[in-house]
Amino acid sequence: MVRKILGLTLLIGLCSTTAFAAVLINGAGATFPYPIYSKWFDVYHKMNPEIQFNYQSIGSGGGIKQITAKTVDFGASDGPMTQDQLNEAPGRIYHIPMVMGAVVITYNVEGLDKNLKFTPDVVADIFLDKITNWNDPRIAAANPGVRLPSGSILVVHRSDGSGTSYIFTDYLSSISSAWKAKVGKGTSVNWPVGLGGKGNEGVAGLIKQTPGSIGYVELSYAIKNDLDYAELENSSGHFIKPDLDSTAKAAQGVKIPDDFRVSLVNSSNPDAYPISGFTWVLIYKDMEDHVKGKAIVDFIKWAIHDGQAYTEDLLYAPLPAEVIEMIEKKLEQVKY
Amino acid sequence: MGPFPRSKNMEKFGQRKDAVDIVFQRTMLVFPLLVLLIVGGIFVQLLLSSWISIKEFGPAFLVTSTWDPVAEKFGALPFIFGTIVSSLVALLLAVPIGLGTAIYLAEYAPQWPRRIISSLVDLLAAIPSVIYGLWGIFVLVPVMRSHVQPFLGKYLGFLPFFQGPAYGIGMFSASVILAIMIIPFIISISREVILAVPHVYKEAAYAMGATRWEAICTIILSYGKAGILGGIILAMGRAIGETMAVTMAIGNNVKISASLFSPAYTLASVIANEFAEATSKLYLASLTHIGLVLFLVSIVVNILAWLLLWRINERQKIFQGR
Repeated sequence: MVRKILGLTLLIGLCSTTAFAAVLINGAGATFPYPIYSKWFDVYHKMNPEIQFNYQSIGSGGGIKQITAKTVDFGASDGPMTQDQLNEAPGRIYHIPMVMGAVVITYNVEGLDKNLKFTPDVVADIFLDKITNWNDPRIAAANPGVRLPSGSILVVHRSDGSGTSYIFTDYLSSISSAWKAKVGKGTSVNWPVGLGGKGNEGVAGLIKQTPGSIGYVELSYAIKNDLDYAELENSSGHFIKPDLDSTAKAAQGVKIPDDFRVSLVNSSNPDAYPISGFTWVLIYKDMEDHVKGKAIVDFIKWAIHDGQAYTEDLLYAPLPAEVIEMIEKKLEQVKY
Repeated sequence: MGPFPRSKNMEKFGQRKDAVDIVFQRTMLVFPLLVLLIVGGIFVQLLLSSWISIKEFGPAFLVTSTWDPVAEKFGALPFIFGTIVSSLVALLLAVPIGLGTAIYLAEYAPQWPRRIISSLVDLLAAIPSVIYGLWGIFVLVPVMRSHVQPFLGKYLGFLPFFQGPAYGIGMFSASVILAIMIIPFIISISREVILAVPHVYKEAAYAMGATRWEAICTIILSYGKAGILGGIILAMGRAIGETMAVTMAIGNNVKISASLFSPAYTLASVIANEFAEATSKLYLASLTHIGLVLFLVSIVVNILAWLLLWRINERQKIFQGR
């Protein structure tokens, strides 16, 4: 019996090493899309056993650094590379959107029976330390019939550099000139007020425990952990509840530039949730390795079509059809 | 001079060298040189990687309190403050508990509680720091916010250290976690030092009519002072460099405040928080610069501690007539 098993394992081992010339594709970058990427890599590997992925979720900044240094075959980022960063890279880099995500405003206010509503100026002023009490008339104005308690507002933000902070501060910069001048956008910024929690779990943990607190987390994290989150007024004056549908709307009916380096916050689509964005993979236009290059392009083609079916379960918003069409054209320009 | 003066013959024994001895001696020399090489290498590497930041900000880096990654204005003062204060408060809390436990274990405890407590102490030292951090967020911080801080604010609120809103998270909670993390070091080392006090000394104290308390205070602690201080230095080093648990509990706010209730930031925390996402050259160099500052802070603290030890030793020599 033992010998039989031994023989069988040996046989399988031989088969798997001789039958396919395995291709290992290395990637590194953003943590936000890591769950769906690993799902995709797993499913794709089962369909194409010769192709294997190794993805390290070291953060968007790390992804940009690694692809620029060519230590990986593709990078991934939640924020687009700046023009300076693109110029520094040894070759032309393409941004390819893979899925969409949203950032929600979550809070802990006792005695509420429905979601709070915020207007953009109120959100900006809370994070600028200009609105400091929950009974502020400007908060009340957007929430008629809601009894807001008196109590100071405790702002909670991410302490670690993250794409989540990037999208959120990008949004604040786009709706508030005071924020843009004083703080700006980035994966880490100089927060005017508040406590820093490490990671989504650090922010959510603080908010759950502290009455009167407000902060921001990824939509998927808020849904999975059953947090309260706010409806936000968008550029058309509608209050929008963040969900996968309203997130995807942010890229519909909007002009997407040819290089996809676009901020989707405060989208002009009247049904869009305003704090939404793409997450990108970064690849070189001219791939050095023919086999790897073909494998990466084939994988991306699969991910933006069949792969999008996995988005809903993992709480990402799928790419709109027009964006998928644009990506296909872009991929035709990749040389390998 | 010990009780048995070495004879001249014995020194001669030590001087006879054959080939094996020489090879052994040379081989042993390699290891301390390696240590020196590693420390020197770290220093040089830190210096090189942070050069852009050193050139840009100069010595003002140490006294500037802005940390703005968007505008690329960097200064280390709030982090230096946070690191030193959190470590000092942790020592203030940990030394009495650690030393007290060590004295009890070495001098008073019967066999079985001594064994149980000693192995619990070892267990405490083996818990990973991320677990301390999670425990901090979910257990310690709520207790701090709802009980400890309101209590301190009510009775000691006239002191600037205990003022301001009680968030739970902040310098005080981080220091308490740090204290718990370094207590095992203080206990283990102090206990060994106290146990190593020669029996003749203790017996001499008792023979002079000293009570146990007097023997501990006058003989044991003063004999072991140097060793115990060494243990405290080691603990302080651990507190200065501790990253994960502190990051999770300190609130990560770039501000200098006298109140222990307010959030703060440490050198190690800002590196852990921002390194992965830092992309621009100056930003990265400034984070490495923070690493260099952390390295220097550790060295300065160690030098100060060794100076203290050296003074104590000198005095002890005079006291013992050596």
